[in-house]
Amino acid sequence: MTDITIQSEGRASALPGWIIKFGKLASTVAVTLFGLLLVTFLIGRVVPVDPVLSVVGDRASPSTYDRVYLELGLDRPLYEQFYLYAKKAVTGDFGESLLTKKPIISDIARAFPATLELATVGIIIGTLLGIPAGVWAAVRQGRLIDQLVRIFGLVGYSAPIFWLGLMGLLLFYAKWGLVAGPGRIDISYEYAFTSKTGLMLLDTAMQGQWAAFRNVVSHIALPGALLGYLSMAYIARMTRSFMLNELAQEYIVTARVKGVAEWRIIWVHALRNAAVPLVTVIALSYAHLLEGSVLTETVFAWPGLGQYLTNSLQNADMNAVLGSTLLIGMVFVGLNILSDLLYTLLDPRVRSRL
Amino acid sequence: MTELDADHANQGLRQWLLSEQPASRRQARSGQAYRAWLAFRANRLGMLGLGIVLALVLVAIFAGFIAPYDPLLGGDLRTERLLPPSWDHLMGTDDLARDIFSRVVHGSRVTLLVVGLVAIIATPVGLLVGTTAGYFGGWVDTVLMRVTDIFLAFPRLILALAFVAALGPGIENAIIAIAITSWPPYARLARAETLTIRNAEHIDAIRLQGASSGRIIWGHVVPLCLSSVIIRVTLDMAGIILTAAGLGFLGLGAQPPQPEWGAMIAAGRKFLIDYWWVATMPGLAIFIVSLGFNFLGDGLRDVLDPKAQK
Repeated sequence: MTDITIQSEGRASALPGWIIKFGKLASTVAVTLFGLLLVTFLIGRVVPVDPVLSVVGDRASPSTYDRVYLELGLDRPLYEQFYLYAKKAVTGDFGESLLTKKPIISDIARAFPATLELATVGIIIGTLLGIPAGVWAAVRQGRLIDQLVRIFGLVGYSAPIFWLGLMGLLLFYAKWGLVAGPGRIDISYEYAFTSKTGLMLLDTAMQGQWAAFRNVVSHIALPGALLGYLSMAYIARMTRSFMLNELAQEYIVTARVKGVAEWRIIWVHALRNAAVPLVTVIALSYAHLLEGSVLTETVFAWPGLGQYLTNSLQNADMNAVLGSTLLIGMVFVGLNILSDLLYTLLDPRVRSRL
Repeated sequence: MTELDADHANQGLRQWLLSEQPASRRQARSGQAYRAWLAFRANRLGMLGLGIVLALVLVAIFAGFIAPYDPLLGGDLRTERLLPPSWDHLMGTDDLARDIFSRVVHGSRVTLLVVGLVAIIATPVGLLVGTTAGYFGGWVDTVLMRVTDIFLAFPRLILALAFVAALGPGIENAIIAIAITSWPPYARLARAETLTIRNAEHIDAIRLQGASSGRIIWGHVVPLCLSSVIIRVTLDMAGIILTAAGLGFLGLGAQPPQPEWGAMIAAGRKFLIDYWWVATMPGLAIFIVSLGFNFLGDGLRDVLDPKAQK
């Protein structure tokens, strides 16, 4: 997403490399954010729903209709409307939700921690399982375990996540009663603690409400494990290919000749070098969990951004849809850039080229 | 006797295909394809995937013969609602007393339609944008690739959701939305391929003969990018199926009573605990089909990607 086209070599530049790199990054971010605004604005304009009617209702008098029409700035040329839209969006003003009658930005601020908590649990599970699985598959390349990891991963890519969620609820909740049902917490625990961070696992643990903590854990276990499986499939696959690449290098042969223990060669020498590109992969799959969370949250009645988005969609609440789309796009871009920066910071070979 | 003749003819064909000195362009091309097929045939998962995809196509073509009941008309609402799977109803019946197996069979048509149309719309767009950007370079490249980046900046499902919300729910709009979100990776790939092709000598030769840029791009650059883009599209098909099913599940794709698998899962959700088969069966269909496409794509990549062969 932020790959930089190779400039003609030999062009002497007076500026230090990092300034050029930073400038390019900044311009990429600016152009991408502008594009995000433009796309959401255009989507909002092609809606067949009349934006005035959705504010005033269809029984409003013509004079009310005209007043709101002017208030919304619909009489002005498109580029001016876009300017107003962008100006408001930059200050975090996406308008009011038709559904909750509150500013969209405050709705989003309330829903976001729930999504963040879910995605974080998912990425932790995915990383903790995915990396060892990928390493193991690479070490035993072509053997049974390699095939098993591969098939397990392809199954994760292939199953619709909302269906897996329903099946999980059917078996683990309804049949065996191992986990709690849909929702974030049982109503009886909801007021046992005060919400500070919005992350319930953190809030309950910090306030020592262990009964509530256990309840939160039993609610998040199933959706978190599902998202974890989704990211694990990707992380394991990439770990395997990075490890295969490293294990073929000459320094591994050298280490073997020196008599370094095999576990040390694999887990210390090779994995440490594979870790740099892996950071990028993990950041990217974290971003993809945002996407996965939309469908997962619908199935698990999880009060996060995904559920907010789908609820708004089903009620034709266009401002809320565009606001959350824009926000998810921004987080996505942010994580992409972060992964790029981390890559530069962590890999001395890339760093020295700056 | 005849059997021996046939065997002999087969041997001849095989030798003709595997000849080290092909006499014609046709022979060389067929030989290449045959070698790729031989390599692919050794890949068990890939063959399984191919089998699943072929089965999907056959089921879609012969849906009318395979399905024992009508997919839209239900049976007796008093006695045939929500029946568990049995020999009469292989996958049970739903709340409108319709046979789920028949609906799943007919649903394969919807799935193939989505996958096919998205591929037909998104592939040329991606190819055109990518080759144009790569061929001209300079500001054309910068502008086109920035636009591509902007589309890549949204998670696919989210952008598709926003488009469907704007266009209104329905299978056609879902297809358009998925196509709009699918082309950027193809443009990226086509651009990268074009960059390696555009300075080739045969392109210079055509240019010196006075061919226009449009002709060079369509006639000489696009065909060379085509194979890698097509492989990429095949790899994406499972993702397209899952996105379409997700849209259907959220009620934004195919509308009832159309037998779309995602929408069928959403309908079965209400009875999940007491009548598990209503939501489970269409989900299994999605799972098997997209697993098939993934196996197929994985096998193709192993055979055709020179990096993976080492």
